[in-house]
Amino acid sequence: MSRRPYTRKVRRSWWLRHRRYVAYMVRELTSLFIGIYSAVLVMGLVRLAQGQSAWDSFVMMLSSTPGVLVQLVCLLFATYHSVTWFALTPKAIPVMVRGQPVSAKTIIRIHYAAWAAVSLVVLIAAGV
Amino acid sequence: MARSNKPILWLPFAAGGLVAALITPILIFITGVLVPVGVLHLSHEKVAAFAHNPIGKLILLGVVALPTWHAAHRLRMTAHDLGLSDGVAVKAACYGSAFVLILAAAIALLMI
Repeated sequence: MSRRPYTRKVRRSWWLRHRRYVAYMVRELTSLFIGIYSAVLVMGLVRLAQGQSAWDSFVMMLSSTPGVLVQLVCLLFATYHSVTWFALTPKAIPVMVRGQPVSAKTIIRIHYAAWAAVSLVVLIAAGV
Repeated sequence: MARSNKPILWLPFAAGGLVAALITPILIFITGVLVPVGVLHLSHEKVAAFAHNPIGKLILLGVVALPTWHAAHRLRMTAHDLGLSDGVAVKAACYGSAFVLILAAAIALLMI
């Protein structure tokens, strides 16, 4: 005998019905752009391993108009990911210091400070 | 207690979310804005030197692999939200492509 669990029918467009749902879906879809850019980075590592001329053509591709446009879209979604990720960290990891809960605002501020610090270090490492 | 594979999926997912949040925007800003407008030049010599160093390799692998895993896991969940059944096809597409990307990155790093 097979189980026949009840599954409620859900319209695929359910998330368009409310602004909050749209915001949720945009937040989740940031992962698509994180994935796309990660694939670009993997391509870069492969081209780097292949040598000078392969690397140069990779950098040319990054700097082409389509390359820049794709990356600008990725940048938009990646930034939205950072903002939403930092916003939920106090809920995901409530921190206690000496028995006292650290306020959500403090946890978020620490993440923004870390974001600034990491960005600065990467810029310096890249040779700005 | 029943064993769950969730922590194994979830830990790199959370780590990847954090790494992506902290480092991905500045990387895109560099490769997508600063390099194209000519403020920065990423020479093969400079980048290869970084990737040649064992610590550099580890950093690059983390920066690529963790967000890739994060994206795969989150896209699997989002596919379910969009009405696709959470079956073998979706899992294979998400985790499979992440696995291929991470493997390619690891091999490339070993060859540098």
